[in-house]
Amino acid sequence: MKPVDFAFDQPATLAQASTMLATEGARAMGGGQSLGPMLNFRVARPARIVALHGLAECQGVEDAGDALTLGASTPHAAIEDGRTPDLPGGILSRIAANIAYRAVRTRGTMGGSLCHADPGADWLCTLGALGALVLTWTPRGGRMVPLSGFVTGAFRTVLQPGEIVQAIRIPRPGADFGWGYVKACRKPGEFAHAMCAVLLDPTHGVRRMVIGATGGPPVVLEGDRADPAAVEGALKGAGLGPVERRMQAVIAGRAMEQAMQAHRGTRA
Amino acid sequence: MTTDDAPRSNSFPGHNNKQGVGQSVPRKEDDRYLRGTGEYVGDIRLSGMRELAFVRSPYAHARLGAIHKPAGREDCVFTAADLHGVEPIIANSGLPGFKSSAQYALAYEKVRHVGEAVAVCVAPTRAEAEDLAATVVVDYEELPALSDMLDAITPGAALVHDHWGDNLFLQTQVAGDVDEIIRTAPIHVKRTLRTARQCMSPMEGRGVIARWESRLNQLVLITSTQMPHIVRTGLAGCLGLSEEQVRIIAPDVGGGFGYKGILLPEEVCAGFLARHLGHPVRWLEDRREQLAGNANCREHHYELNAYADRDGRLLAVDADASVDAGAYSIYPFSACLEAAQVASILPGPYRMQGYRCHTRSVATNKAGIVPYRGVARAGVCYAIESLMDDIAVQAGLEPWEVRLRNLVPAELMPFDNITNKHFDSGDYPEALRRVVKAIDVPGVRARQAAMQGPVRLGLGIAIFCEQGAHGTSVYHGWGIPMVPGFEQAVARLTPDGGLELRVGIQSHGQGLETTLAQVGAEVLGIPIERIQVVHGDTALTPYSTGTWGSRCMVMAGGAVATACRELAERIVAIGAKLLQVRAEDTRIVDGAVVSGERTVTIAEVARTWYLRPQELPADVSPAGLEVTGGYRTRRDTGTFSYAAHAVVVSVDTEMGDVKILDYAICEDGGVLVNPMIVDGQVNGGLAQGVGTALYEEMPFDAAGQPLATTLADYMLPGATEVPLLRIDHMVTPSPYTEFGQKGIGEGGAIGPPAAIANAVNDALRPLGVRMDRLPITPHRIVSALMAREQGVAS
Repeated sequence: MKPVDFAFDQPATLAQASTMLATEGARAMGGGQSLGPMLNFRVARPARIVALHGLAECQGVEDAGDALTLGASTPHAAIEDGRTPDLPGGILSRIAANIAYRAVRTRGTMGGSLCHADPGADWLCTLGALGALVLTWTPRGGRMVPLSGFVTGAFRTVLQPGEIVQAIRIPRPGADFGWGYVKACRKPGEFAHAMCAVLLDPTHGVRRMVIGATGGPPVVLEGDRADPAAVEGALKGAGLGPVERRMQAVIAGRAMEQAMQAHRGTRA
Repeated sequence: MTTDDAPRSNSFPGHNNKQGVGQSVPRKEDDRYLRGTGEYVGDIRLSGMRELAFVRSPYAHARLGAIHKPAGREDCVFTAADLHGVEPIIANSGLPGFKSSAQYALAYEKVRHVGEAVAVCVAPTRAEAEDLAATVVVDYEELPALSDMLDAITPGAALVHDHWGDNLFLQTQVAGDVDEIIRTAPIHVKRTLRTARQCMSPMEGRGVIARWESRLNQLVLITSTQMPHIVRTGLAGCLGLSEEQVRIIAPDVGGGFGYKGILLPEEVCAGFLARHLGHPVRWLEDRREQLAGNANCREHHYELNAYADRDGRLLAVDADASVDAGAYSIYPFSACLEAAQVASILPGPYRMQGYRCHTRSVATNKAGIVPYRGVARAGVCYAIESLMDDIAVQAGLEPWEVRLRNLVPAELMPFDNITNKHFDSGDYPEALRRVVKAIDVPGVRARQAAMQGPVRLGLGIAIFCEQGAHGTSVYHGWGIPMVPGFEQAVARLTPDGGLELRVGIQSHGQGLETTLAQVGAEVLGIPIERIQVVHGDTALTPYSTGTWGSRCMVMAGGAVATACRELAERIVAIGAKLLQVRAEDTRIVDGAVVSGERTVTIAEVARTWYLRPQELPADVSPAGLEVTGGYRTRRDTGTFSYAAHAVVVSVDTEMGDVKILDYAICEDGGVLVNPMIVDGQVNGGLAQGVGTALYEEMPFDAAGQPLATTLADYMLPGATEVPLLRIDHMVTPSPYTEFGQKGIGEGGAIGPPAAIANAVNDALRPLGVRMDRLPITPHRIVSALMAREQGVAS
């Protein structure tokens, strides 16, 4: 299939982009790796595509010690290749390296992935576990939204018309942190059918487990509830069948095991 | 006889050691394929050409009401009512009791599967044609849909074809006497098995360009097909044209596997429109159309019983097999080839005393079934090899031991089996022994016993034989509307000593431009660089049923050899005149006619013949240097290549993941014309077999909606899923073919579902769980293990 007829804008500034996005039927495009197929299937029928890849304001990275800030247009491949600052252990690089396929990673962006809000997306789950914040821009000023509150449903976010994700801030965990991330895919690069990220960060009092690929927004379990044994029960309302819930619980157990091993490793 | 280094015919005068039969020369066609300069339907643009987009049924089963064309654009939209003089596609089986279906180029009165074409729109670009298609409004009255073949044969089920009275294209019965064995056999095993409906997925989809050529009063159809001549015959019939008014050209074709062995409604529409509109039109299938409307193969349901004595010797197989044949009998293979094959090949490579098989070709609201690489064999091998594993368990034997006791031994070859299949040659037990050694059964068993934790190890074996290049008597017996006869090829020498070979088969990945050239090189000694293999054009090539059934290397290879030998005689006759010796005192060596010390090159012979005939004596034969050679095999019952597959898998019993750790195949394709190409065939087939075993499935909901309509949902194996294969070759020449070669194009795809399923079940057996449905997905494994847990708990 071919896309419907649409206008294609490539703004140079956030202000221009915001104005363009406020028009009827306009839709933002990051790397286009999800939107492209949706256009071709005519699932998306926008009157106007506003391509954000040229915005200098959405690029660049900053390592401020207590947090990393990555521009929304940072492609997965740049993170994979270590061209951006990373958390200890190359956590972000390892996540990026397993997103879809290399061709997708070359153009797909972190901001685009979060805004698309596919329940199976790697960044949605992992950045949620890392406690990341989404920095948005509007002509009236921006806001900082914790990722846990950014996604409201499958393919739905809190973004308002004309509001653009400019960057993502990822807090640096304490030195003795433990990280685990495991996903189950039928094939490497395909959508996951179970996924779990675990952050153990005693320094900041964080024990967080995020379950992705549930068909809805990621399920966040914190503190004592961040326990693989609680997963099947926690997912009862998520619309998953018993087999899917079982698989999610197994993956959560493996992610937790990874995180605890890493945590023990940092203390050893 | 069976040797690793079998003697092959050296009796040809121009024997070319470096490039002839048996040499792994690089493929001639790969230069353009690898540089991206192949020319497919999608690469061709004709002046004035417009694009087609089809309005397709969103319903699996519905009565068709009014079709509302967009106001002002009525002349760009066509429905069944506009296709004046166009007849439906009808493919009747010759078997008694067959019920006929009519597949209209555009749906008429009813739609019978999702994706069936209802209207066609014409516009300058595909995007505009799709815009137009989106504005066509069709009134449907939805009818109950049949999405499962077992529901379709339940009394009171909705009817796919109202006037039939039931949903059975055909039932057949092999009525062997097995009652006494059933009563007395000490071992009885039983399985209910199901294979999934799959969507064949060549890299290039279907596509067609149609142009009416007024100069010749002829329709020229450029189409991505495996069988240009058969498309011509079928298309002419549907369009009311005589066959000389139709020319079919198949340019580069990006894979077929059976998907392009069919006359398409889209071809009929395009052919009609090109003439009606007076300008060329093109339709290119996209992946969405393919997946949503054309999952059309492999779906079998088996109720199986096998009986054996205490030593695991097979006594009888009693089977009931249903094939989901979809809504229409497709041209030319019909709705019933698949089930007919099931009935005749289910006994596999084994000896048995009794055999009974009841088959049904069931009509459902899905695309009509099309034979896919291996045709029924992938399912059949899965069926019989599952039974053999069960017998092994009952008899307390290793799976390979029970097979060894039942295989047809080499000393009985050639062998007529219980369904009168004539196994031409081979040593089946030796292939099994070799693959068992290669996979290291004791080593695997030791690792299996030592393993702890949730990941288990499994070993699976499958062995089968593969009929190829079978001819008239076999296909006549299977009742299909197109029965292959003999094969012809044209060999023509060019004035500068090059060779043109014209064949009616189609090469779309098999490497036939290379292997047929190798046959030419074998006979005439002309280097393959100077041999042009011309195919894919009904105007240029002899009539042929095309490329399917692993027939080309035997049939077209035989025809090319015959034509080249006859051409050699003519070359020698002229060469002898030039050398002033008797023809019987000459021979062709390395591209030259030689008599003692005297030599004249084939190029010189050609130049003289075409351009300097004054140098030839007056009594030279006027026949010329172009020959049509015809070929028949010494028997038309086919060659039987065979292979033993062995695989080791790990199964994660928590997540249901299956990993292939090792895969070994020992195969015998007779004399291999190009062993490298055969290895490629085996590897490619294996990839597809892995898909059948573990990944590929088009599920349908109760309303007949296909549920895997993108490649994110329809799982194809990729580089990370296909194991690094170890192949061992045996070479037992077929006694019935030109060089001893056998058809070998499909075997790679036949064995893996059986071998992998057996391996998974070997791993799961200690847990009391067995997988009886393909593909074996993580979900199915975990689901079965959870059901077992609950059963144990309650």
